[in-house]
Amino acid sequence: MRYLFFIFLISAAALAQPHFPTLTKWATDLSGTLTAPQINTLNARLSTFEDSTSTQLLMLMIYTLDDIPIEDYAYETATKNKIGSKKFDNGALFLIAKNDKKLRIEVGYGLEGALPDALASSIIRNVVVPHFKNDDYYAGISAGLDAMILAVKGEYTADPGSGDDEGGSIISTIMFIIFIIIMALVRGGGRRLGGSIYYGGGLGGRSWGGGSSSGGSFGGFSGGGGSFGGGGSSGSW
Amino acid sequence: MNKGMVIGCGVAGFILLLFAIAIFWGIGAYNNLVNLNESVIGSWSQVENLYQRRADLIPNLVNTVKGYADFEKQVLTDVTEARARVSQMTVTPEVLNDPQAFQRFEQSQSQLTGALSRLLVTVENYPELKANEGFLQLQSQLEGTENRITVGRRQFNQTVQEYNTTIKRFPTTFIAGLFGYYQKEYFKAAPGSDVVPKVEF
Repeated sequence: MRYLFFIFLISAAALAQPHFPTLTKWATDLSGTLTAPQINTLNARLSTFEDSTSTQLLMLMIYTLDDIPIEDYAYETATKNKIGSKKFDNGALFLIAKNDKKLRIEVGYGLEGALPDALASSIIRNVVVPHFKNDDYYAGISAGLDAMILAVKGEYTADPGSGDDEGGSIISTIMFIIFIIIMALVRGGGRRLGGSIYYGGGLGGRSWGGGSSSGGSFGGFSGGGGSFGGGGSSGSW
Repeated sequence: MNKGMVIGCGVAGFILLLFAIAIFWGIGAYNNLVNLNESVIGSWSQVENLYQRRADLIPNLVNTVKGYADFEKQVLTDVTEARARVSQMTVTPEVLNDPQAFQRFEQSQSQLTGALSRLLVTVENYPELKANEGFLQLQSQLEGTENRITVGRRQFNQTVQEYNTTIKRFPTTFIAGLFGYYQKEYFKAAPGSDVVPKVEF
């Protein structure tokens, strides 16, 4: 059905409006408020948290909402970046609009049980806003993310081979290597082709798997296909 | 074997082939309609759940607010009455094929939305209520539900749009007519629903 595909394209184009940012890191500051080391620290914490739990928590600080309701902004940004895994919908976005003095925690379907609206609201009002009122943005964001981590910590565990594409790609890489070795053995005989092809396969598979934490050089964030239903809470300071 | 027979067989085979293609296309189009119809019903029940959740939250909210002595009685009465009207409605997916029933549902829900937002605006004048952690939690649950309702309605409208476009397009429209797939209603933004109500004292 070609026209169906067209409808899909049109609605996708209508949703992906240019003013909602594409997130490539776990912590992003478009308002120029946080220092680079502060952002790196947040990135490290959230990236490590994703590695151990598969849950994707993201922080985005912007300067202005441009009169878009913060609920819409958070929902569209979270949906556009597909935060959380497709299987568990375990993503959340912590959005701060500095100039509008508004903030929101947008919670994916899979985390609504661990981080219900009332708790999100309580984190905003009791943990984050007191720091923001003192203009201490980093302390507020850091404490807020810690509270979110605490809330959703036990909900999911990183389970290699399920939910995460990374597990799948490792398995397929191994299968590919085995296949190449068998082919080389069957066909090659004394030609010793196996070694070089084996190396090529291995390198290709590892292109974004690596990311040992040394001095803030992490792999980028990549959304897992999670979806959102408008859960979470908003606040202001 | 003469030439005429060969040509005859060729033409017959060709017609048969066209027929088979048409049947396969028809099956595909029909199944597609079934899928779209199911996704409309699915997103509808999601919206319905959310409205139900909102209705479930209201008694607690009303009880909490009632405790504050001089709280405007009329505002509370409006909310309670609007909620009662909503609860009286029995809603089945059949509503989707009945524009009038759909509008009645829509209307009673938006009356409740209006009554609730008046309540929340009135609360602004009660500092001790706004400092009550129990009330704040109820309020955040209610706000969260309202926001989910907004998202749910948007997703519902998207699935209905896809469905409606499909059944109106040529040539699927024949299949849709043949099996009784009719156009479904959208949620409309009630006039003034995006305006925060003002309460005078």
